[in-house]
Amino acid sequence: MTIEIPLLILLIMTAAGAILVKDLISAVFILGSYSFALALVWASVGAVDVAFVEAVVGAGLATVFFLLTLFRTTEKDRVIRRPPVPWPAIIGLPLLGLLLLYGAGDLPVFGDPTSPASTVISPIYLENSIRQTGTPNVVTAVLMDYRSFDTFIETIVIFTAGIACALIMRKGDK
Amino acid sequence: MIQPHDSVIVRTFGHIVIPIAQLFGVYVLVFGQYGPGGGFVGGVVIAGSMIMAILIFGIESEDSVLARKILHGDGVGLLIFGGVGGLCLIGGGEFLNYSHLSIPGLDETSRHQVGILLTQVGVAVDVAVTGVSIAISLSFEEDEISQDEVTD
Repeated sequence: MTIEIPLLILLIMTAAGAILVKDLISAVFILGSYSFALALVWASVGAVDVAFVEAVVGAGLATVFFLLTLFRTTEKDRVIRRPPVPWPAIIGLPLLGLLLLYGAGDLPVFGDPTSPASTVISPIYLENSIRQTGTPNVVTAVLMDYRSFDTFIETIVIFTAGIACALIMRKGDK
Repeated sequence: MIQPHDSVIVRTFGHIVIPIAQLFGVYVLVFGQYGPGGGFVGGVVIAGSMIMAILIFGIESEDSVLARKILHGDGVGLLIFGGVGGLCLIGGGEFLNYSHLSIPGLDETSRHQVGILLTQVGVAVDVAVTGVSIAISLSFEEDEISQDEVTD
């Protein structure tokens, strides 16, 4: 628990820095360090698969794509003028934060064995997955077997992203 | 198009790191059933190694021949994934219900294992091809289009 507080402070600082910095290449690298800190947070709460994806995609592949985009466009934030913050946002956003904090009080505690998430569907996966699928990693069993239709649609989404990028940007390619 | 990097340090580093990254990607893909990882992460690691080869050695070089070969293979991974689902349909079950994979000599648990492994390979191929394809698309130069197409 003690390691999470500095990590969460680091998350907020890197997120604010990525928005506020004027040099866009610096912003990309700060965003990569944000993903790395987020991966450490996931690993510290025990979600190793999510941490792995966050580290590889957020800190690796997305950084490369952002850099390739910046090499094609401009490296400085010159065109976009930052408008002054309107006063409804100054009043409304802290109120929204207070409302979310009020709602978060009713959420179950992390790892609560009596919460609905760990009493309804999780025991079925945890008790049956090794016998039904022969896969020790329950995350892979849920993703690829119990919820394989969702994974199929996600694969279609990734395929569509690649096709759309090729159609828009590779105009003259035969 | 991306020009090859002329630094000796970067090229030597690439020659050492790229095979290790590809091996690690295949390891993560195959051992996704036994540890953290799986098809998506393995595919991203393999795509990252091939993008590194493109960025260091250029798209026309011998070292990025794998990336050049898979560049027009969009949809092959989706075909593997959907093909496993179609085999389940042929076996008499629902779409992607691996109990009905019609492989003789396997009990139901082993059929689920084979189904999970094949669909993970499908996801990895799809993600790797898409990653390389987006990287090539982002670095595609506009001035390679002939002039009469621009005036249209």
